[in-house]
Amino acid sequence: MSSNTLTEAAPAPRAPQQKPGGEPHRVGGGFLDPKMLWKSLPDALKKLDPRVMMKNPVMFVVEVGSALTTYEAITKPSVFAWVITVWLWLTVVFANLAEAVAEGRGKAQAATLRKAKTTTVARKLASWSPGNSGAESEVAGTELTLGDFVVVEAGQVIPGDGDVVEGVASVDESAITGESAPVIRESGGDRSAVTGGTKVLSDRIVVKITSKPGETFIDRMINLVEGANRQKTPNELALNVLLASLTIVFLLAVVTLQPMATWAGAAQSLVVMVSLLVALIPTTIGALLSAIGIAGMDRLVQRNVLAMSGRAVEAAGDINTLLLDKTGTITLGNRQASEFVPVAGVDKDALADAAQLSSLSDETPEGRSIVVLAKTAYGLRERHTGELTGAEFVPFTAQTRMSGVNLADGHEVRKGAGSAVMKWVRDNGGHPTEEVGQLVDAISGAGGTPLVVAEKAPGQPARTLGVIHLKDVVKEGIRERFAELRQMGIKTVMITGDNPLTAKAIAEEAGVDDFLAEATPEDKMALIKKEQEGGKLVAMTGDGTNDAPALAQADVGVAMNTGTSAAKEAGNMVDLDSNPTKLIEIVEIGKQLLITRGSLTTFSIANDVAKYFAIIPAMFSVVYPGLHVLNIMGLHSAKSAITSAIIFNALIIIGLIPLALRGVQYKPSSASALLRRNLLIYGAGGLVLPFIGIKLIDLVIQFIPGLR
Amino acid sequence: MSDTWAGLLQVAALVLLLAVSYRPLGDYMAHILTTKKHSRVEKVLYKTMGVDPEADQTWGTYLRSVFAISAVGVLLLYTLLRVQHHLMMALGMPKVNADLAYNTAASFVTNTNWQNYSGENTLGYVAQATGLAVQNFVSASVGIAVVATLIRGFTRNRTDRLGNFWVDLTRVLIRLMLPFSIVFAVILVACGTVQSLGDHMTVVHTINGNQSLYTGGTASQEVIKLLGTNGGGIFNANSSHPFENPTAFTNLIEIYLLLVIGFALPRTFGKMVGSHKQGYTIVSVMAIIWLGSLIFSTFFEVHHHGINLADGHAALEGKESRFGIPASTLFMTSTTLTSTGAVNSWHDSYSPFGGGAAMFNMMLGEIAPGGTGSGLYGILILAIVTVFIAGLMVGRTPEYLGKKIRPTEMKYAALYILTTPAVVLVFTGLAMALKGETASISSGNLGPNGSPSPHGFSEVLYAFTSMCNNNGSAFGGLSGNTHWWNTAGALAMMFGRFLPMIWVLALAGSLAKQKPVPETEGTLKTASPLFAGMLLGTILLVVGLTYFPALSLGPLAEGLH
Repeated sequence: MSSNTLTEAAPAPRAPQQKPGGEPHRVGGGFLDPKMLWKSLPDALKKLDPRVMMKNPVMFVVEVGSALTTYEAITKPSVFAWVITVWLWLTVVFANLAEAVAEGRGKAQAATLRKAKTTTVARKLASWSPGNSGAESEVAGTELTLGDFVVVEAGQVIPGDGDVVEGVASVDESAITGESAPVIRESGGDRSAVTGGTKVLSDRIVVKITSKPGETFIDRMINLVEGANRQKTPNELALNVLLASLTIVFLLAVVTLQPMATWAGAAQSLVVMVSLLVALIPTTIGALLSAIGIAGMDRLVQRNVLAMSGRAVEAAGDINTLLLDKTGTITLGNRQASEFVPVAGVDKDALADAAQLSSLSDETPEGRSIVVLAKTAYGLRERHTGELTGAEFVPFTAQTRMSGVNLADGHEVRKGAGSAVMKWVRDNGGHPTEEVGQLVDAISGAGGTPLVVAEKAPGQPARTLGVIHLKDVVKEGIRERFAELRQMGIKTVMITGDNPLTAKAIAEEAGVDDFLAEATPEDKMALIKKEQEGGKLVAMTGDGTNDAPALAQADVGVAMNTGTSAAKEAGNMVDLDSNPTKLIEIVEIGKQLLITRGSLTTFSIANDVAKYFAIIPAMFSVVYPGLHVLNIMGLHSAKSAITSAIIFNALIIIGLIPLALRGVQYKPSSASALLRRNLLIYGAGGLVLPFIGIKLIDLVIQFIPGLR
Repeated sequence: MSDTWAGLLQVAALVLLLAVSYRPLGDYMAHILTTKKHSRVEKVLYKTMGVDPEADQTWGTYLRSVFAISAVGVLLLYTLLRVQHHLMMALGMPKVNADLAYNTAASFVTNTNWQNYSGENTLGYVAQATGLAVQNFVSASVGIAVVATLIRGFTRNRTDRLGNFWVDLTRVLIRLMLPFSIVFAVILVACGTVQSLGDHMTVVHTINGNQSLYTGGTASQEVIKLLGTNGGGIFNANSSHPFENPTAFTNLIEIYLLLVIGFALPRTFGKMVGSHKQGYTIVSVMAIIWLGSLIFSTFFEVHHHGINLADGHAALEGKESRFGIPASTLFMTSTTLTSTGAVNSWHDSYSPFGGGAAMFNMMLGEIAPGGTGSGLYGILILAIVTVFIAGLMVGRTPEYLGKKIRPTEMKYAALYILTTPAVVLVFTGLAMALKGETASISSGNLGPNGSPSPHGFSEVLYAFTSMCNNNGSAFGGLSGNTHWWNTAGALAMMFGRFLPMIWVLALAGSLAKQKPVPETEGTLKTASPLFAGMLLGTILLVVGLTYFPALSLGPLAEGLH
């Protein structure tokens, strides 16, 4: 099996995202299914355990407040006290619900993964060395340890993570990637990694186990999507510090208010004081903070990217420099024929015809593109190899560096590297003109690859017909994508093995900011270190074992799932689709996560203004009637005003759960444009919305007898 | 010329003077704080003090140096006040009570200058000049040294060395405070402020016969009282006393002096961080708050009907007729938005909203432009909080001037914005809960039959707001010279001064250790009108809102009918 067909069998990279803001992969996952709220309710109630609530200082204060008002409501029952108590508890439950819903979606995914992790029986080889399989014994898959060798045949499940050391097989990895097309795994090279729980569909392979029991890729995946070991990310911690300090300030403001109010003859009940406190502390963001984080990870999972830590997702938002592999990310996988350039005196059609003939048996993508170009640009009908009876095809070899065809009538056509074909022409009595050399140089200079076409009619000397211009085809829309990235302040660097001349031409066409030509893994590493030295954060993708050090060094290293286990181990994310373009989406998800946090924090703080205008006049206008002027919403009574503020405070949490899970809308643009937009929506909106909301609630609840 | 026109002209002249000083003074201060050269006098001083001027300190050492000089300052001043009757030129004044001496020592070392005594009846010349005046110089310079360290936190990378406190202090004293004080003292003397080391001056009064008047080294102390945003006057009447502040012109100079360093420091900041635009952004926020507050209180003073019928159409009670309303509110706004606390009118007598504005000005943390140094570090901390929230909204881990705002930085910034409100509210709550302490509220400010009144509460709230923010001005009705008030006040002043300094220096240390993040298109622009607007919003929302419930029981309850 040639290496070419192997490439084809690998899952086709998914089409790049059409619109950066659009969510084609978000199959309902990003939106809140009302049923999820019911399903998560038991989990939400379980989280009321104070030991769990302690982790969220803002909501813990609300819970303690709820407990206090419950006591008050029991000892001095009133409609007002009970209504407030119920809504305070609801506030806590709603916050827990937000987290439970976010976790619930991960749990569903984990359940699917667990099915793949059924106990397997492994066929362990006592000793294995190339060409020598030792004695085979059957052990439980869970007993395998590092360095064991197992043999897996068609129809069997691979018992653990490892590298193929012998054989080639097609493997069904749908359990992990959700992609039903089988992939090829073979020993050696960059496609040797196999994952436990996936199924071999054909052939037989020997796998060297590279993971300890319980620490397999699938185990880690389950942990990740379940959020079992979820740790707060640095930014989440910093925000928690800010929220905690605001909570303490407001706690002090409310506690010290009582002696001041008492002196003024306006001592307040415990229920009112707790209500004021809950209204002022940033409950909205406090309630949604962890859901936002979990949902951010989840959005990556929905795009088939596994982040090994939340820290990596956050770092993605901060990326300054993206290292992008040319092939597959910037250009389509292979070079394509873009033009036939005939030498003087040769008809274009004749050149196209000869080029097509010579490429009929050439199954490489380059060869096929020549046939396609001949058809689309020159209207040449596609001929099939069967039509040419008696034709003898000359395959490409590394020695001859050309391929072609010898027809039955003695006509010979060749195409290949310039020097090789010209040598063939001279050997067959022809005299290639200088013009050919000039054409070849011109195409090379433009970053393309020239293929010279020559023919030899029976009894005549050979002659060159012209040159085929093979060129890297830059993906459609990639230029605009890079322009967006530039706007976001992200520098793109193209990594390629091409020579500097070719690399430069492609870099210019694609619009990347910089390129690294003839790149070795060491060059990559040096580039990353240089960027990081200047304080920049670097992201890259990689799949080979020799990418591993660079993947580990990069701030965001996305390993391709098709890659080696060393690469997967080194990176902090794994792309199950093995699509390098996804790096750009990962950056956007990271940014969206941070923006959602900031926007909801702003919203939460801005909400306080309206709540003051509801609660303060309600508390003190009895002793100081002048303060009634502050009741600008015209709320019905003191009790209805306080109740409305608390109900609004609780409902806004439920109302914002979908936004927290989905993330705020993100359109790549400059920092100033983003700030202006979010400030307008969440800052100004956060000021105005509660005035309207509290008034509307008051209009309804003023009819409840105990609140008049 | 009407009061209004005089006021407008005075404001215009003041703004012009401040604008002219912004660049040269700001650049000069940046030079003082960054130059490698030591003057001859300084070298001698370093040698005497045993300081190696080239040895930079870590933030911890820097902090210990600040604490050391402050602790020594409190002890020296306390001792001086307790033994003043043995000193020269004591004018026959007895020694100061222990608790008042403690309160006064804490007050002057913390740049507060809260005065629970009247200067002309309590202190001799030596105590004034070698005790209080020295602390006026030192405490003002300490503030600038601390803010210089915070700025170095931004400008230095991958180091734990933030500068040398003794060098910073010496330079600010010798190159800034002393020469300015001498020049402006001469100007004030020329304009009529008294300066004398003689005993009381006896004048023949037309009605009451002979009167013995205290004079003192007024002009020399007057300048540093204002320039160093101290506020403790020689006279109890402070800058409303004709010996301190004789004319409208000296009034203008005095206001200029108390604002000039605060408003020029953003230039120093811009120069040191290498972007003048950063300085302009900060100074514009300061200026907007200052101007907004000035317009607000002037409006209410002009439109309020005075309590005395004779006051006519405006709240003229407690204001000098020499200055009128605009020049009084101008002084009031400037003194409460800096940590000065000097007064040329009685804040207690302002209209409810005017007095409320004075209180709110201090509650904002005195950041527009604030005390020497302390105003700038206050607003920079708020800028960090703003950057944190705004930075998230642009989708990046927040960064300010190339430094990331990580949990550590946020911890210190959060502690900073937490400390002052906590101290103010806890002490106010405590005072209101204690029967004996509320008795200090002036009975004239209580309702009929001594019933509680919002204004009475305002006196207490104002007192702790002023002390904890190291302002020193007062709602005059409160009798503060009691054991409890002297002790609680001293604690509030020291908590309010030194706890924030710990957070600022720790923050500087944490910032300096970082490696810088390069600025890109995706970075939040912190030198822009948009950011200035956000900073303003954060100041009003995050800081202002904390006090809203308390304010509603004081000025709001009093002012809303």
